[in-house]
Amino acid sequence: MLSYIARRLVQTVPVMLIVAVFVFLMLRIGPNDPASILAGDNANAEQVAAIRQNLGLDRPLLSQLFVWLGAILTGDFGESFFFKKQVSALILDRLEPTFMLALCTIVLAVVVAVPLGVIAAMRRGSLIDRLVMGFSVMGFSVPVFVIGYALIYVFAIKLNWLPVQGYSRLADGLPAFLRSIALPSMTLAIIYVALLARMTRTSVLEVLGEDYIRTAYSRGLTPLQVLVRHALPNAAVPIVTVIGLGVALLIGGVVVTESVFAIPGLGRLTVDAVLARDFPTIQAIILLFSFVYVMVNLVIDIAYTFFDPRIRY
Amino acid sequence: MSAEPAPSIAIAPKRKSAFLSEPAILIPSVVLGLLVLVALFAPFLGTIDPTQFDPTLRNKLPGHVGTVRALDGTETPFVYRMGTDNLGRDIYSRVIYGTRISLIVGALVALVSTILGLTIGLVAGYVRWLDGFVMRIMDGLMAIPPILLAIALVSLSRAGLVAVIIAIAVPDIPRVVRLVRAVVLSIREEPYVEAAITAGTPTPTLLVRHILPNCIAPLIVQATFVCASAILVESILSFLGVGLPPEEPSWGNIMAAGRQYFRIFPHNILFPGIFIAATVLCVNVLGDALRDRLDPKLRKRV
Amino acid sequence: MADVLAVDRLTVALPPGSDRDHAVEDVSLKVGAGEIVCVVGESGSGKSVTAFTVMGLLPREVKPVGGSILLEGEELLSATPRRMRELRGARMAMIFQEPMTALNPVKTIGDQIEETLTVHTNMSSAERRARALETVEAVHLPDPQRILNAYPHQLSGGQRQRAMIAGALVLDPALLIADEPTTALDVTTQAQILKLVAELRARRGTGVLFITHDFGVVAEIAHRVVVMQKGRVVEQGPADDVLNRPQHSYTQMLIGAVPSLTPPARAPLDASPVVLQTKNLCKTYASGGLFQKKHVTRAAQNVTIDVRRGETVGIVGESGSGKSTVARCVARLIDPTSGEIAIDGVDYAKASERVLRPQRKRMQIVFQDPYRSLNPRRTVARSLIEAPVNFGMGEQAALSRARDLLALVGLSPSALDRYPHQFSGGQRQRICIARALMVEPEVLIADEAVSALDVSVQAQVLKLLDDVRARFHLALLFITHDLRVAAQICDRIVVMQKGTVVEQGATAEIFAAPQHPYTKALFAAAPGKHIGSKVTA
Repeated sequence: MLSYIARRLVQTVPVMLIVAVFVFLMLRIGPNDPASILAGDNANAEQVAAIRQNLGLDRPLLSQLFVWLGAILTGDFGESFFFKKQVSALILDRLEPTFMLALCTIVLAVVVAVPLGVIAAMRRGSLIDRLVMGFSVMGFSVPVFVIGYALIYVFAIKLNWLPVQGYSRLADGLPAFLRSIALPSMTLAIIYVALLARMTRTSVLEVLGEDYIRTAYSRGLTPLQVLVRHALPNAAVPIVTVIGLGVALLIGGVVVTESVFAIPGLGRLTVDAVLARDFPTIQAIILLFSFVYVMVNLVIDIAYTFFDPRIRY
Repeated sequence: MSAEPAPSIAIAPKRKSAFLSEPAILIPSVVLGLLVLVALFAPFLGTIDPTQFDPTLRNKLPGHVGTVRALDGTETPFVYRMGTDNLGRDIYSRVIYGTRISLIVGALVALVSTILGLTIGLVAGYVRWLDGFVMRIMDGLMAIPPILLAIALVSLSRAGLVAVIIAIAVPDIPRVVRLVRAVVLSIREEPYVEAAITAGTPTPTLLVRHILPNCIAPLIVQATFVCASAILVESILSFLGVGLPPEEPSWGNIMAAGRQYFRIFPHNILFPGIFIAATVLCVNVLGDALRDRLDPKLRKRV
Repeated sequence: MADVLAVDRLTVALPPGSDRDHAVEDVSLKVGAGEIVCVVGESGSGKSVTAFTVMGLLPREVKPVGGSILLEGEELLSATPRRMRELRGARMAMIFQEPMTALNPVKTIGDQIEETLTVHTNMSSAERRARALETVEAVHLPDPQRILNAYPHQLSGGQRQRAMIAGALVLDPALLIADEPTTALDVTTQAQILKLVAELRARRGTGVLFITHDFGVVAEIAHRVVVMQKGRVVEQGPADDVLNRPQHSYTQMLIGAVPSLTPPARAPLDASPVVLQTKNLCKTYASGGLFQKKHVTRAAQNVTIDVRRGETVGIVGESGSGKSTVARCVARLIDPTSGEIAIDGVDYAKASERVLRPQRKRMQIVFQDPYRSLNPRRTVARSLIEAPVNFGMGEQAALSRARDLLALVGLSPSALDRYPHQFSGGQRQRICIARALMVEPEVLIADEAVSALDVSVQAQVLKLLDDVRARFHLALLFITHDLRVAAQICDRIVVMQKGTVVEQGATAEIFAAPQHPYTKALFAAAPGKHIGSKVTA
């Protein structure tokens, strides 16, 4: 088991390395010169050259890459062009709201989507099934921010139940926190629910077509017993996989949702950094989000061994 | 609970009905066809210049009757069917012209990522020594959440249609590559492919003649989903202000312009929102119907 | 003898739009206590539908519309779903063809056997465990305690089928329905399972409804036989009568098509030159790496075979014996790890694809699955002319040759413009044989080429293969798991086990006096030794 985890961990190294090289090259081969951005519009050639030397941009590309990678491994992502402070500090500052938003969304989505998917599969072709599938297609089709504004319009402006925008830290009290996170989580959860409900339905349907389901019926089990004892344990692996893959979708959604709800998290930071062409911050955020995504899926891979005894390690 | 035991006995499949008689294919096709017409004939649909602004006409509600000043100074009365935005531009005209951007982005992204993904996937699936290397690169690209990657890519250059299309297409390529590679790997095990090998068929011919045709159906399905998500991502990029500039009206940047005064004037977001949701919905429904029809096995993959 | 099961004039309707109206029509049969009744028929005969109707496990679209089914005197067709559930597992139980997929992969064998007890009894968990253990012992599974805690993937195919049987018999049902339970198993494992079924039936007095397509199996275990064709019973009676004195022409044809285990006399070929030769052919697969133990699988080891012009050499063995590996190496669909493979003395074992390509026309292959061997998107003509055109023949010349060869394999030239799905399995296999002959090969490899076919079709295709072998003086390398088929078509046979050749020699000699213990065990396991006829003569 330990060697399995070690092996899987080692396998993530090349993936992250490729992400890092890509992020590094993106800035170097793009049409943007970091030195001129940093120097500002009024700088003269000498000033730009000085900054260039200062940043080490005059050295060969490969040595720049190694210096940069070395710095990252020690947690040094450089200084933000725009905020004029250490990127790592900047990110730490913005971590809580994003983490909380993502967590609430995942919990909400799983609690809603999995039962919906299972019911749809059990009652295949029924009205409930068609409603769930219809909702799922709708969820994939409406932009996140439109959903966000629609929810704000109904719950915050018309009904006045919840705040329109903003984020209240957990440290400032649970009720305020929950009120501030409710609409953003619901907004973000919709696309996740759409994805998860659909995949749950597909997985359960597929498992229900397996031979061992027929065996279970031949033993005299009721459909409910067949579902609980045989179908769900086997459908768990694909469902959990989709929860992991959905994190990519979630991260994309966070960027948009935080902008709609004016939440001071990493998503807002991303947009601000892109608008300001603040490349050290953009690089750090991409690396961080990719790392989280890869790690979540690693944990899920390891969790498979818990669901399925066939997976060898 | 009414789940039935698995059918274990082969039953002759019901005959498939004609392609277009299926509502799930017919209705979205008709709607999308109409949208293409709207995009083509935008200037003749009672629109005015979508970039023309008028400070006296800011934030008017739908149905507002005002005048439009032409270049020669003559003024004609004009009904602002969907109201105006914060700069006094006609939202109706912007939405109609915005159809062009969305459809172009959707179609081109689907085309570009499918063609590139198909080429890379075929090569990776068949040339063994390249497979490992190519797939590691693809794994790396897939590790970056797609919207984030698109945002980062557009930040590299001045926002323009080409940059936006490239930025949205790149994150989709590895997903197409994976699909094609999976099809290639399963088809190359088929006895008829092995028979072609023993028939001395050269590898390039083998790929085109026996393997490529099997990729077409799943690729068409995948391309519709790529198209749908591209339209959404374009609107997100424009909405966040990193996509197309306001001079090129897109459904996303119409909504971006409306963000500020959303509480008072929700129509800024409502109308383009309806258009985008309807368009993407049609593409998705079409994709689902095509998948059920062309490739039932594809259901497994999202 | 009291009847456990009495099926009377059962008719089951198929959904509208199917190729026929009824899956089974007017079927009547009886199973007494302690009696094994075999239902035999080719694919599409309705034998499985009959079994599933009794269990009440038909798919929703297929409905019984007439007749009656009495289980121990109780009518099943009008029983409530609740009553059917009470009966399933308790009074009637079923085992299936694929022991690989019929057990839930994420639950232990013990859990799955005990499940029946949980559903039908009030036993405590200790009582259930004890009962499960007892049953697992009764089906002669080794180390029962370990088996109960094992997952299905940790068991062999035969062990899984035993575990299935244990699960079916744990509550001592009156009726056991077995749907082709040994078809997916190797012949030695099949023999053990058949013995087990017979033993349990004798000991517990269970009535067995045994579905099979294999007359060897019927001859081995049946008390009575029911022969089905296209949804109807054409003949039934005591096993001895039906097997030895069949009345209906269909039964006569079916039994006549079963190849005999006694090889016919064949002219010696010693004077003929050796065409295909392998020397110390090895194929190994290595897995594992950095953090895992290296695991090496030796699929084929030091295989040395030669085939003369006009000779048929059979490679016989069970799954995992390496017989297909050898065939695929000879066809160079996989690259051998070491050793030589030569046609007319030219070694191509390590030849690069460029050097190999002109060699490929000298060896052609026919595969097992007729449904996957032809590209479904290409007409028969295009499939047939692909190879000759690759090797430089003009399209018109190739088409005319294709027409000739189609006639030779018994198909009309109009087949050229049609697509594979318009043909039956046997016809497709004929097309594949024609395709292989298009480039006038010297070596023809038949990799289980008749294994997927119904027995009547199998006999015809076997005869065709033997004819083309003689007509074109082909060296025929014939891979099969079926001793009957090997006996009828091969001049010499090579017996393989776990990647190595354990014995080879003239077919008649080996069948008369096998030397190696494995060969002896293999022959001993063949069911129904006395039945069968000469099909190629």
